[in-house]
Amino acid sequence: MIQLENITKEFKTKKGIVKAVDGINLHVKKGEIHGVIGYSGAGKSTLIRCVNLLERPTTGRVLIDHVDITSLTLNDLRKTRQKIGMIFQHFNLLKTATVYNNISVPLKLLGYSDSEVKQRVAKYAEIVGLTEKLDSYPSQLSGGQKQRVAIARALAQEPEILLSDEATSALDPETTDAILDLLLKINRELGITILLITHEMNVIQKICDDVSVLESGTVVENGSAIELFSKPQHLTTRKFLNTISQRNLSPSLIKQLNVSGSVIRLTFLGESTGKPLLAEVSKVYDVQPNILTANIIELKNGIVGNIVVHLHGEAHIVEKALKYFKENGVDVEELGGELHE
Amino acid sequence: MNSIQSFFADWSDVIWKSIIETFQMVGISLFFSILIGIPLGLLIVLTRPGQSFENKFLYQFFNLFINIIRSVPFIILLFFILPFTKLIVGTTIGVKGVIVPLVVYTAPYIARLMETALLEVDPGVVEAYTAMGIKRRHIIWNVLLREARPSIILGLTIATIGLIGATAMAGMVGAGGLGDLAYRYGHLRYEVDVMYATVFILIILVQSIQSIGNRFAVKLKKD
Repeated sequence: MIQLENITKEFKTKKGIVKAVDGINLHVKKGEIHGVIGYSGAGKSTLIRCVNLLERPTTGRVLIDHVDITSLTLNDLRKTRQKIGMIFQHFNLLKTATVYNNISVPLKLLGYSDSEVKQRVAKYAEIVGLTEKLDSYPSQLSGGQKQRVAIARALAQEPEILLSDEATSALDPETTDAILDLLLKINRELGITILLITHEMNVIQKICDDVSVLESGTVVENGSAIELFSKPQHLTTRKFLNTISQRNLSPSLIKQLNVSGSVIRLTFLGESTGKPLLAEVSKVYDVQPNILTANIIELKNGIVGNIVVHLHGEAHIVEKALKYFKENGVDVEELGGELHE
Repeated sequence: MNSIQSFFADWSDVIWKSIIETFQMVGISLFFSILIGIPLGLLIVLTRPGQSFENKFLYQFFNLFINIIRSVPFIILLFFILPFTKLIVGTTIGVKGVIVPLVVYTAPYIARLMETALLEVDPGVVEAYTAMGIKRRHIIWNVLLREARPSIILGLTIATIGLIGATAMAGMVGAGGLGDLAYRYGHLRYEVDVMYATVFILIILVQSIQSIGNRFAVKLKKD
C-alpha cells in the first residue's frame, strides 16, 4: 500500500545541512496498522509528512498503490491526497467552525453534493461518537473529542490510508486508550490501512501489527510487534520496552545473585505462556527458581510473557534446566552483571 | 437650557454638515482602502518565505513599499502626492480630493494589520487542508481568511478610527469634516463651545465604532 524507497530529507539550517531522514525504506501492507516509534528528533514527523508530500523528500520514491507520487502533477497529487487521511497531535481544526462544519467544509470544497455531504457527516459523526456535539465549537470540546472530530473529518473523505502524526501524544492515558480503540475499530471495520508515528510504547502495544524503530533518521529495527516485544535487538528498542515493563534489574544485584546460580530472562510466546514450566523445572531438576520480576504484555496479535528468574543450583544442573526451557519454546537469555541498558 | 437651545439653533446645521462630510470621507476611503489593503496584506503573507506562494522579490518589494508610505505623516503625504491625486480624480480639493491621500495612507496600514491577523492563523490547519488535497485558492478563502475574521474585524476597527483622525487634516484641502470644524471654529475663532461639541461627537463616534468592532469580533471568535 505504502512503499518508501530510500527516502532522505535534508534541511538547510544556519549550521549547515541537517539530515532529518537518512535513507529509509519502509513497506506498509494493505490493511495493517504500522507503527513507527522513535524519540523526538528521530525524524518520525518528517518521515510521515513525506508520505503525502507535505514534505518533499530530497531523494527517494514514495509509492502509494505502486504509483510514485513524487512525480505526479499538482492536480494528480491532490487526487492521491484525497485517498490519504491525516490526523495530528494538535487536531488542527477550524476554531471558528462548528463540529458539523469542520467535517463538512472539506467535503464541500472537494465538490461533493449537499446531500452526500449531509449523509457523510451524519455517518462519520456517528462512527466517532459525536452525533450529539455537531453544533458545538472546538473550544467547547475536550482533547479527546477534538481528536474524534479530526478523525471524522479524515474518514469523511473515505480514504484508504490514514496517517496519524502523534495523534494521542497530547491526550491523557484514558483518552489515549479510547482513541486507540477507535483507530482499531476503523482499521477492522472500514479496512483502512494506518501508518502512525508515536513515542509511546503502549500505542504500539495496543494496536500495531508491524513496527519500525527509528533513530537519527534511520530504521534501526523493523518487524512484527510480537518479534519486537519478544526479541528486541537494538538498544533503542530495549529502552522503549523498558518504558512499559520492568525488564531489568540493576547490574550490581545481578552480580550478587550470580554467585549462587544464574539470573536468566525467560520470554514466553504464544502457547508456552500457558504452561507451568517453572514448577515443572523445579520438580525435574534440582534447581530452585526464585522469580525476581515478571510481566505479561498483551499485544494486538498475541501475548508476550517475561520472567526474570534466579535459578539457584549447581552450574551443570542449571545448564540442563535451561535446555529444558528452550525445548519447550521459551526464549532464554542469561543476564550478566554488565548490562548497558 | 436656553443657552443649549440657542447653541443648537446656531450650530446644528454646520455640525450636521461636518458629520456628513466625515462620514463620506471615512466611508469612501475605507471602502477603497479595504479593497487594496486586504489583497495587499494577503500578498505579503503568501509570498513570505515558507508560505505557499513564496517569492522573495515580491515580498521584499511590497514590504519596503508599505514601510515607505507608512513612514510619511499624513499631513505631508497629503501635499506630497498632490500630482498623483490630480491624475486619479482630476482635482486636489474638496472631499473628492482628499479620498486619494486617505486611501494611500490607510491601505498600507490595513495591509499590515491584515498581515498580523493572517499570521495568527494556526499553520497546522492550513497543513491539514493541504493534506486533504484541497486547492490553495480554497484554503486561502476557507481557512486563512475565515479563521482570521475576528482579528481582521478588530484590525479594520483600528484602521477606521485612525482614518477618522486623518480626516481632521482634510480641512487643509477644503474637504471639511468634524476635525476641520473643531480646528477652524474652536481654535482659529475661539468658539470653544463648538470645539467641545465636536470633540464630544468624535468621542461618541470612536467609542461606538470600537464597541461594534469588539462585539462583532467576539461573535466570530468562538473561543
